[in-house]
Amino acid sequence: MESDSKQSQETLREPQPSLATIGPEKAFVAICRLAVALPLLLLVVLVVDAVVDGWPRLSWGFLTGYPSRNPEIAGILPALAGSAAVIVLTAVMAIPVGVGAAIYLEEYTKPGRLTSLIELNISNLAGVPSIIYGLLGLELFVRAMQMGRSLLAGAATLALLVLPAVIMTSREALRTVPYSLREACYALGADRWQTIWRVVLPMSLPGILTGIILSVARAIGETAPLIMIGALTYVAFLPDSLMSPFTALPIQIFNWVSRPQKGFHTNAAAGIVVLLVLMLLLNATAIWLRVRLQRRVNW
Amino acid sequence: MEHALKTPRETSSPDPTRRPQTVVRPAEESGTPQVKMRTELLRAWFGPTEVLKGISLPILKNRVTAIIGPSGCGKSTLLRCLNRMHEVVPGARVEGKAYLDEQNIYEASVNPIRVRQRIGMVFQKANPFPTMSIRNNVLAGLRLQGVRPRSPDELVEKALRQAALWDEVKDILDRSGVSLSGGQQQRLCIARALVLEPEVLLMDEPCSALDPIATAKIEDLIYELRNSYTVVIVTHNMQQAARVADFTAFLYLGELIEYDKTDTIFRTPRDPRTEAYITGRFG
Amino acid sequence: MSIHTAIPAHLPARTALHERRRLTERLVGAVLFACAIVSLITTVGIILVLIVETAGFFQEVSLRDFFGDTQWTPLFAKKHFGIWALVAGTALTSAIAVFTAVPLGLLAAAYLSEFAEERVRRVLKPIMEILAGIPTVVYGYFALTFVTPLLQKVVPGLAGFNALSPGLVMGIMIFPTIASLSEDALYAVPTSLREAAYALGATRLATTFRVVIPSAFSGIVAAIILGVSRAVGETMIVTIAAGQQPRFTFDPRVPVETMTAYIVQVSLGDTPTGTLEFRTIFAVGMMLFVFTLALNMVAHRLRQHILKGSLW
Ligand SMILES: Nc1ncnc2c1ncn2[C@@H]1O[C@H](COP(=O)(O)OP(=O)(O)OP(=O)(O)O)[C@@H](O)[C@H]1O
Ligand SMILES: [Mg+2]
Repeated sequence: MESDSKQSQETLREPQPSLATIGPEKAFVAICRLAVALPLLLLVVLVVDAVVDGWPRLSWGFLTGYPSRNPEIAGILPALAGSAAVIVLTAVMAIPVGVGAAIYLEEYTKPGRLTSLIELNISNLAGVPSIIYGLLGLELFVRAMQMGRSLLAGAATLALLVLPAVIMTSREALRTVPYSLREACYALGADRWQTIWRVVLPMSLPGILTGIILSVARAIGETAPLIMIGALTYVAFLPDSLMSPFTALPIQIFNWVSRPQKGFHTNAAAGIVVLLVLMLLLNATAIWLRVRLQRRVNW
Repeated sequence: MEHALKTPRETSSPDPTRRPQTVVRPAEESGTPQVKMRTELLRAWFGPTEVLKGISLPILKNRVTAIIGPSGCGKSTLLRCLNRMHEVVPGARVEGKAYLDEQNIYEASVNPIRVRQRIGMVFQKANPFPTMSIRNNVLAGLRLQGVRPRSPDELVEKALRQAALWDEVKDILDRSGVSLSGGQQQRLCIARALVLEPEVLLMDEPCSALDPIATAKIEDLIYELRNSYTVVIVTHNMQQAARVADFTAFLYLGELIEYDKTDTIFRTPRDPRTEAYITGRFG
Repeated sequence: MSIHTAIPAHLPARTALHERRRLTERLVGAVLFACAIVSLITTVGIILVLIVETAGFFQEVSLRDFFGDTQWTPLFAKKHFGIWALVAGTALTSAIAVFTAVPLGLLAAAYLSEFAEERVRRVLKPIMEILAGIPTVVYGYFALTFVTPLLQKVVPGLAGFNALSPGLVMGIMIFPTIASLSEDALYAVPTSLREAAYALGATRLATTFRVVIPSAFSGIVAAIILGVSRAVGETMIVTIAAGQQPRFTFDPRVPVETMTAYIVQVSLGDTPTGTLEFRTIFAVGMMLFVFTLALNMVAHRLRQHILKGSLW
C-alpha cells in the first residue's frame, strides 16, 4: 500500500454507484423489512379472517344468549360472565401478593442467597407452561383443598399463573423511583414503611397499574389451565357464588372450534372477535391510565 | 511563557528515553508543507445544540496537529467530523465543508465508508472488540473491509511493535482483547488503526489511560508517524502538545480561537483566552 | 434503622411512638416476606404434585415401558406407554415453529436495532407486544380454519389435522419473543464497538454481522431458547390444529399429538381421577416441566451474564 499511488487512484466516491457496497445493505434491509412485515401482515389477516367469519353471528343476541345445540341461537353470556368473574377474582388475589412480593424484593431485602433464589425462582416460574399450572390447580385447589371445579379454583390457578409477571412489572416500576427521594423521606424522620406508602408507591403507581392490567389481560385469554381445573364447556347458567361451576370465553371458543360443524366455527370466530376487543380495551385502558397518572405525578 | 512548559509533572518524568523537548523539525527546512485536510466553516450539532460554530482549520500533510481546549469545548466532535463519524450519533448533524486532498468529504456523492478507510481513528475510550482475540483485533479493520492479508502475522507484529505493545502480548495473542489492562487496550486500538495504514490518523486523547513510559512510547510513535502519515491529536496535556505537535489549534466553546505553530501558541499566544488556558488559569 | 438510633434515648414521649413504629415495621416486613414466599411455595407445589403422581404412575408402569417404546395408547384396551410418540409430536411442531420464527425474529431484531430509525423502532416494538399477547386459542382457530385449508392447496397429502400448520402458526406466536429479546441483546451492545468498526471503514452490514451480533451472541441464544421453551409448552394451537393421534413420525403432513395436547385430551374426557390413565398426564407433565425448566435455566444463565456485563 504505497500512499501515493493509492491517492491518485482512489476516490471517495463510489466507483459504480450503489451496486458495489451499498447494494448488499439495501438488499439486506429489504429482507429485514419483509421479516418484520410478514408476521404483522399475518396479524392483520388473522383479525380480518375472524371478523369476516364471525360477522354473521355478531349481534346483541350473541352477547346475551346462552349456549345451545343450535349454533344459530347460541350465545356467550355465561362465558362472558365467567371470564369477568374469574378475572376480577384473579386480580384480587394476584395484585396484593404480587405487589407485596415486589416491594419486599425491592425495598426490604438486601441481595443475598434467599433473594437470588426467589429471583431465579420467579424468572423460572414465568417460563413454566401454563398447562403445568393447570395440573397444580387441579391437584391443589380442586382436589386437596376441595374447592371443586369452581370459580374460586380457576381464579386461584390463574392468580398463581400471572403472579411472576405482576411481580416483575411491579419491581420495574418501583425501580423507577429515584433513590434520592427515598433518602429525602428518611431524612424527614419517616421509617421504611412510611416512605414506601407515602412516597414510593404513589410515584410508581402508574407503572404498577399498567403492568398489572397487562398481566391480568393475559389471563383473560388463558385456556389450558382452566380446562385442566375443569371449567365446563357447556354452561347454561351464570355463576352465582365463588363455588359455582363456570365457563370462560376462551373455553367456549375452544369448545366451538373443536366441533366439526361449520356453524359452530362461525360462533368461534364471533367469540374471538369479542375476546380480541376485550383485550384491546384492557390494553388501551392500561396505556390511558399510565398517561393520565403520569401527568398527575409530574405536577 | 517558558514556565508553561515546565510544570512539576514534566520535570519529574521518570523516563530516561524521553526525547529532548526542542525537536528539530525537518519539514521546516523543506519548504511549505502541503495541506492534507482542511475544514471550511464546519458546524456540528447534537440535536438542537450547536457544539461547533464554524471551524476553519488546515491540517498539514506529514505534520502533527494538536487540538487543545477545555473539556466539553468540542475537540472530540471536531475530530469525529473529520472522518464523518459525527453523523453516526442519532440526531447529530454537520454543516459546512471538510476537504481531504481538496475533495469535500461532505459532498452528497461521497461514501463515508471510503472516507473512514482513508482516515483512521483512535477513540478517547479504548474500545477493542470483546469477541475477538488480540490478533484478530489488530486485523479487524482488514477483515471488516473484506480484505484477506497475505501475511497476517507480520502485519500483526509490525502494528503491535509500532504501538509499543508487542513485548507485552506476543505470547498471548489468542486471548480476548478485553483481557488487557486499560492502557494496553488503548495501545491495541492504536495498533488496530495502524494496520490499515490510513493517510490521516485521528487520535482522541490516546494517552489519557497510559503510564508515563507507554505515553513516551506513543509520543515517539506519533513523531515517527509524521514521516508517512498526517496526524491529528486531541490532548489535555499541554506538555504533550508541545512535545509532539507541529501545529496547535485552541478550541473554546465550539469556536477556533487560535491556530498556529505550536511554538508560537505556547510562547506568544495572541488571544488572552489561549494564554489563560495554557497557563492553567481556567479549563 | 440508623435514624432510630440517632433519636436520643432520654425523650420518653417519643419512645412509645418509636415502639409502635417498630412494631408496624416488623409486621409489614413479615407480611411482605410472606408474599415473596408465595412464588417459592408455587414451585415447591408444582414439583411435589408432579413427583407424587409421577411416582404413583411409575409403580405401575416400568421406566422401560415408558422410555423404551414408541407407541402411546394408555386410553386403549391394549395399553402402551411409549412417551416418544408424544415427544416426537412436540419436537416436530416445535421444530417447525422454531425454524419459522428464528430467521424472521433475528432479521427483525437486527433491523430494529441496527438499521431502523428510532421512530420505527418505537412504533414496531409495541405492535410486536400485541402479537405476543394474542390468546393462543385464537391462533389455534386461525391455524385450523385458515392456514390448513390454504396449505392444503399447496402441499399434497396434507391432512386436515397436521403438524405443519400449527407449527407455522406457533412460529408466528413465538416470533415476538425471539425478536424482542434478541433486539434487547443487540441494542445493549455498546455504541463504542459499532463506532470502532465504522472508524475502521466497515459498512453497517459488516459491523452488524461481525461485531454487533457476535457481541450479543449469548443474549440471542437465550432468546431462541426461551422461544423454544414457549413452543414446547404451547397447548391450544396444537390441541386444536394438530389432531390427537400420538404417532412417532417426522412427517409434518399427518396428525400428531403433543405432550400438552395429550394432557388436555385426558382432562376433557371422563377419565376418573386416581386411575392409572389419569396419572399419565402427570408423568407427561413431569417430562414437560423438566424440559422447559432446563431450557429456562440455561436462558436465565445466559441473560444474567449480559446483565452483569461480564461479557464486556
Ligand atoms: N452524544 C452526545 N449527545 C449530546 N451532546 C453531546 C454528545 N456528545 C457530546 N455532547 C456535547 O457536545 C459538546 C462537545 O463535546 P465533545 O465530546 O466534543 O467535547 P470534548 O472537547 O471532547 O471534551 P473532553 O475533553 O471532555 O473529551 C459538549 O458540550 C457535550 O456536552
Ligand atoms: Mg473528548
